[in-house]
Amino acid sequence: MRSLLKLLSLIGLLATIVPSFLVFIGVMTLDNNKLIMVFGTILWFATAPFWMNKKV
Amino acid sequence: MAQIHITEQLDAVEEFEQKPVPVSKLKSWKSFLGMYAGEHTAGTEFVIGPLFVAHGASANDIVWGLLVGNLLAVLSWAFLTGPIAVKERVTLYYLLEKISGKKLTTVYNLVNALMFCFLAGSMIAVSATAVGIPFGLTMPTLNDWFPNSVGWIVAVVAVGAVTTVVAMFGYNLVSKFANIASPWMILVFLASAVAVLPELGVHSLSDFWARANDTIWTGTPMEGQSQFTFWHIMFFAWFANMAMHIGMADLSILRYAKKWYYGFNSGAGMFLGHYMAWMASGILYALFLKETSFSTEFAPGPVAYRAAGIAGALTVIIAGWTTANPTIYRAGLALQAIRPKWKTWKVTLVVGLITTLASVFPALVMKLLNFVALYGLILMPMGAVIMMDEYIIPKLNLSRKYAETFNKSFNLAAAVAWGVTLLFSIWLNLTFGVEVFFLGLPGWFVASALYLVTSYFIQKNKIKGGIE
Repeated sequence: MRSLLKLLSLIGLLATIVPSFLVFIGVMTLDNNKLIMVFGTILWFATAPFWMNKKV
Repeated sequence: MAQIHITEQLDAVEEFEQKPVPVSKLKSWKSFLGMYAGEHTAGTEFVIGPLFVAHGASANDIVWGLLVGNLLAVLSWAFLTGPIAVKERVTLYYLLEKISGKKLTTVYNLVNALMFCFLAGSMIAVSATAVGIPFGLTMPTLNDWFPNSVGWIVAVVAVGAVTTVVAMFGYNLVSKFANIASPWMILVFLASAVAVLPELGVHSLSDFWARANDTIWTGTPMEGQSQFTFWHIMFFAWFANMAMHIGMADLSILRYAKKWYYGFNSGAGMFLGHYMAWMASGILYALFLKETSFSTEFAPGPVAYRAAGIAGALTVIIAGWTTANPTIYRAGLALQAIRPKWKTWKVTLVVGLITTLASVFPALVMKLLNFVALYGLILMPMGAVIMMDEYIIPKLNLSRKYAETFNKSFNLAAAVAWGVTLLFSIWLNLTFGVEVFFLGLPGWFVASALYLVTSYFIQKNKIKGGIE
């Protein structure tokens, strides 16, 4: 369960940063980038609190 | 019932203000990494980067000035603050009381708390510019000192209230939230700048340096703004947190460190935060200026929203929040040191109210660079006093912790070091026009020398006359 949460958090972070580089190289619009960033933000904050700051 | 439960929970917040942190409560290096990265990727970064652009810093000034200045800041945390923090394991205020005495420490704590309130207030104001976006809030301009609408006041009060409530629950909660938010926040800063580069004419990496020079950091200040150079950027980057490292305020944070070298963790804040975030926010502001034909409106929220949408606006809110939280906490510690029996949460509530009141005034944002430099300068001399007391005073065969050793409530040497250093700085400013950004370095040497010389004469007289 913990590994799955970490994976989802990672996807959240990737969704936050990767699309901006796609905008930079001209294969994505800025509006789509903004939309995916919101998705990444929700995914990060919905999953990270369940594994960050927790002792193994 | 619920109310009683919350009060008990708040009363149980134990932050070791009046005793050394026990070994069982020490924190791992990861805790500091998150704390520093979160704290220095703050709402104010959305102001500082753009102000560098407004002050006409060139691309070379930014790249090299920030590199050297931030490196010096990390070294200051690691070699000045860290070793004393893990040796003493008490707050700045508790240590200062042993050196300077209760009376002088009370004055210092009041000044300190007020400075922290203003700083946290600027962060809350920055967050409010994002909160106001959906409500069509009229944003302040570079020339605004007073609130320009009722909506502005409502927005800052709302942000201030939430920030205060979280801070009332203590350092642990703040640290946990900063840990969670910081990786995401740093990426949003980076992403928002990368995504708008094409609109500034940067279509490949090879375009960047040319556009950085002719479009982003042009070297030409906006009307009414002074000209910044490499030296302004370097000293600002070094001394932006002077109160924390050279001024020793972060003894209160690093006393939880297992090892002295956890001070190097400040690098996460200085390079991921300050270096990258100041450049990123400068890029966003350059686009704003280009699109608005150099409008004087100055509102980080809408600028971030333009580049990164809802995630950008949320970053401005959360970045302001995660930094205002520890700053309010520090201000609470400063006040609690005056009246140790006051409950931490009650003190934090009072501090939060003062902070929220201060944040109503946009002047805190528009003059942020000067204020940050001034606040570091005002608090720095006591850091010099602590350094000298720790390392040099014993070498002169004088007694450390004067007030505690001689049972005094006022240490004249510390008062002279503080007061005369500030007078010296004012004299340099008024007589030679030395800007506030450059006063910290000479001031530190003056404060150190004054403390040593005055301590020597005071303690020698005591020894001659016999200890009272």
